Amino acid sequence: MTNEIIIAGFGGQGVLSMGKILAYAGLMDDQEVTWMPAYGPEQRGGTANVTVIISDKAISSPVLDVYDVVVALNQQSIDKFESKVKPGGILMYDSYGTHRHPDRKDIRILPIDAMEATIETGNSKTYNMIVLGALLAARPMVPVESVLKGLKKTLPERHHHLIPLNEQALRKGMSLVKEA
Amino acid sequence: MSDREEEVRLMKGNEAIAHAIIRYGADGYFGYPITPQSEVLETLEEQMPWDTTGMVVLQAESELAAINMVYGGASTGKAVCTSSSSPGISLKQEGISYIAAGELPALIINVMRGGPGLGTIQPSQGDYFQTVKGGGHGDYRLIVLAPATVQEMADFVGLGFDLAFKYRTPAMILADGVVGQMMEKVQLPVQRPRRTDAQIAEQCPWAITGRAESRGHRNVETTLEMEPNKMELNNHRFQETYRRIQENEVRYEEYYTEDADYLMVAFGSVARICLKGIELLREKGIKVGLIRPITLWPFPEKIIREVGQKTKGVLTVELNAGQMVEDVRLAVECKVPVAHFGRMGGIVPNPNEIVDAFYKEFPEAK
Repeated sequence: MTNEIIIAGFGGQGVLSMGKILAYAGLMDDQEVTWMPAYGPEQRGGTANVTVIISDKAISSPVLDVYDVVVALNQQSIDKFESKVKPGGILMYDSYGTHRHPDRKDIRILPIDAMEATIETGNSKTYNMIVLGALLAARPMVPVESVLKGLKKTLPERHHHLIPLNEQALRKGMSLVKEA
Repeated sequence: MSDREEEVRLMKGNEAIAHAIIRYGADGYFGYPITPQSEVLETLEEQMPWDTTGMVVLQAESELAAINMVYGGASTGKAVCTSSSSPGISLKQEGISYIAAGELPALIINVMRGGPGLGTIQPSQGDYFQTVKGGGHGDYRLIVLAPATVQEMADFVGLGFDLAFKYRTPAMILADGVVGQMMEKVQLPVQRPRRTDAQIAEQCPWAITGRAESRGHRNVETTLEMEPNKMELNNHRFQETYRRIQENEVRYEEYYTEDADYLMVAFGSVARICLKGIELLREKGIKVGLIRPITLWPFPEKIIREVGQKTKGVLTVELNAGQMVEDVRLAVECKVPVAHFGRMGGIVPNPNEIVDAFYKEFPEAK
């Protein structure tokens, strides 16, 4: 099973970190993973995106042009990547601030209210974990336990007290996706 | 090659290079930051190897200073290296020529970005000519290793140092922004101790160590000869070294070549994108193979000739306007058509673009 994913949004939304956490979860789950950021001007403000591939086979190209799942966190990303979802794939987007909604009929379109859910938590830093939770509910490519294991491994010990907060955010995100 | 650790880590190619430098038991790294390879210096600073192995990590005042610190360190038999990206590597060319002429081992890493000029910070392979055909002045060659994975970024540090010391000539890791910036799984080499002064004196009898008395003669490091006859003799000696390297150190990887009607040749990250393109073509029943040169110099011309001449055509894919394609044409002796597809300026093609380029060059394959 191979999952080819792109996560796109504004710089600062935690797009690259979310991809990193997902890639670490793949590593914890003994899968092959690649994480390829658009590291250009994006990193210096503006839009950012990262391609994550998780597979039980060796991964050839880390660069793709169509994806199983697109996670679009702003209007520009919806516009740019809607056509790049493979038929039968998933386009997940945050409906906050979106004025043109995707309209393809051959893919699963999943609007989520991640921004509103984040505001409810009162901690804006949990945004990307909420989105990751929603992604994993829509496409359970790695178990939640692997995400938590990955966090524990990569976060310095002094930040380990934040893991429960991240787990809550993850689970809140999962609840945003209703079964199709 | 060094033994690898059991632990599987996830890191960027640039980070893997930094860890591998420390673990090789290197004596010194001298660099100057530039995107897309700044993580090499950053990771070295983070790891603080001066507290563990005693290795020197120094951010020099410029690329020129860095390469000349490498020149000096190499003269003393120490395992020293530097890294940069395209514009910075251009600045280092004079020093690289001197290191080659001084018959000194050193490792240089170039994580290429779009050019010419200051160009872009995105991936490129535009420095193939510079690296493989010269760069600096005079008749010298570099051993050039082109990694395609983060694992190879780690492995080629040790390999590059080993080859540099074996042949007393500088080696370069020629990577691109994709392998520098991407993260994937890697098993780092196990930590080796730095060599002792006694080991250096024994393994590098040419090294300048300030111990002329115990050695019985002075070691002199110079690249200047006033007598042209002597300089020609030096050149013959360099060429003899290069001939031995060509005989013994060619490295490449083949994919799907047994039944290939067509062949692609690509190096670094682009080879991986080609492989995905080839898988798409094979789903349509079109038999395409891939040769990925690992050493760009010495170039794997024999295998490209053997496989390429049996095919109906060859496509090279590069992040440049067509550089390695010249060596591929020479290798197949123009017996079959050799086409080139490239993107420039920091653009990386996706697998479907490569498939389209293949159909455009070889429409009869459809």
